[in-house]
Amino acid sequence: MAAATGDKALQARSLYRSLLRQSKQFAAYNFREYAKRRTRDAFREHKNETGERTIQDLIQKGLKELQVLKRQTVISQFYQLDRLVVEGGESGKQKGDEGGIIRQKDQGWD
Amino acid sequence: MTSITPTATKQALKLCSRLFSKTPKSRSIIRTSNALASNGRRSYVSETKATQATVNVESAIKADQRAFLQKTGVKPKDATMPTTGMDADVMMSPQAGILKQATIMDEGSRPIYLDMQATTPMDPRVVDAMLPFMTGLYGNPHSRTHAYGWETEKAVEQARAHLADLIGADPKEIIFTSGATESNNMSIKGVARFFKRSGTKNHIITSQTEHKCVLDSCRHLQDEGFDITYLPVGNNGLIDMAELEAAIRPETCLVSIMTVNNEIGVIQPVEEIGRLCRSKKVFFHTDGAQAVGKIPVDVNKMNVDLMSISGHKIYGPKGVGACYVRRRPRVRIDPIITGGGQERGLRSGTIAPPLVVGIGEAARICKEDLEYDSKRIKALSDRLLKGLLSLEHTSQNGDPERFYPGCVNVSFAYVEGESLLMALKDIALSSGSACTSASLEPSYVLRALGNSDENAHSSIRFGIGRFTTEGEIDYVLKAVQERVTFLRELSPLWELVQEGVDLNTIEWSQH
Repeated sequence: MAAATGDKALQARSLYRSLLRQSKQFAAYNFREYAKRRTRDAFREHKNETGERTIQDLIQKGLKELQVLKRQTVISQFYQLDRLVVEGGESGKQKGDEGGIIRQKDQGWD
Repeated sequence: MTSITPTATKQALKLCSRLFSKTPKSRSIIRTSNALASNGRRSYVSETKATQATVNVESAIKADQRAFLQKTGVKPKDATMPTTGMDADVMMSPQAGILKQATIMDEGSRPIYLDMQATTPMDPRVVDAMLPFMTGLYGNPHSRTHAYGWETEKAVEQARAHLADLIGADPKEIIFTSGATESNNMSIKGVARFFKRSGTKNHIITSQTEHKCVLDSCRHLQDEGFDITYLPVGNNGLIDMAELEAAIRPETCLVSIMTVNNEIGVIQPVEEIGRLCRSKKVFFHTDGAQAVGKIPVDVNKMNVDLMSISGHKIYGPKGVGACYVRRRPRVRIDPIITGGGQERGLRSGTIAPPLVVGIGEAARICKEDLEYDSKRIKALSDRLLKGLLSLEHTSQNGDPERFYPGCVNVSFAYVEGESLLMALKDIALSSGSACTSASLEPSYVLRALGNSDENAHSSIRFGIGRFTTEGEIDYVLKAVQERVTFLRELSPLWELVQEGVDLNTIEWSQH
């Protein structure tokens, strides 16, 4: 969308940022990673779009996805489950002011 | 202001004097007002010391420990509390208990999901499309007399169109069912029983690696007097076209071959089978539960007459599926479920709008993202396969060229598959289809490929899907490498193999 007029480019960039910010709100690891990746790839795929009409349509589609994301992230936060093993290492809520909780747990031996 | 103040004081004084004149109430008031003046606060209860209101944690724990020892006869630190795995001492010290619990809860403990052939997680977009139909839009889609019915009917028809679009069919050819198992039963039994009524054709061809529900439907038909041919497969999992052609007889009414195998992921040459069946005027049914939405499927290009579709394999809801039934040339089937005549009379019963909308939305997303998803799954699959096959004595099951990359089935020689699955508790895997995962029997699909019992026992299926990440693949590779090595170290057979002994030459003593 680089070639688009300044207004459209601004709009697209703002949409991109809100989509990414919203994606991070997913409590479930897989959905969170997918949402971030899909957003990034979709914008990258269409970065050289020039048609006024296509850009308008794509932005509309993005706005619709943003609404879905807003609803689904809230639902995801209501029904939180344990974190996945792959999320291990530095994880969990930070307690106290000092940073850097690093924990390692061996799974599956016992 | 100046005029107000004197009147106010005057009034207050007047009030006081009136109160004071009364006895004995007035005395108490004087006393309280005195107390108010000296302390600055009112109190109606006698005061206690602060120490009396707090609990001394140390002494409380000591008392608890003593009571525990008296009751159970063991010291708290030697006792293990049920369900938590902690000792009783930890449970008594509040801080320690909380801290220990916190470490357990904060740390990831949920296994990675890598069994996408069994089922897939529901896409959040699908959930979003379904929610209105679970809350406000609850009409019966078959109600033609009011708006509640019209709005759900519209949504159901739209879902039908999405699904038809995904497989290149006409919306009228889609029949919603409860899942791929019902679709398979409906297709096979339906076609067979319809032909039985006319009494001409009584032969069905299927393959040995089909899903259990197809094989079981065929077995039931066998009891009803049908003749069934179970085609063998090559050791790559593909059927031989010449063998199929030879098996087709004049009285053959149906050929049922699945598009993508659920255990080894091989893609059968459906297009050629379809062409052959069309030329021989035999109906062709394919179980597309693992194929639809994952590889490009076109019922007209493939000359498919009947196709089973499952909702929960394409990131849709469980409990819904569909059956494609061709209209031109018309496929006549005898319905299993009869009643109100919904779905062209082929599958009666009210259809579930939330589920149907879910499968429709899932199909729409699959169609839109087919290219993106397959590219990604291919990349992840290549990474996984490369890593797994770099271990010694591992082999991939099924054809290495013609397979769906989301299903990777690998044999680890000299390791017992079930013990590897147990060692990989942090990864949700399966050694075969979910239906047979309760038994320890080796997979019948792998046996049909001509694999030995040992090989079939040591196979594991990895299912990669839309939501799998690179991080998960790397974790799995590392875990599998470590634990396969560990289990092999324990195995005496592995020791023999390392010494260069051929296991087939050993004569095991009887016992």
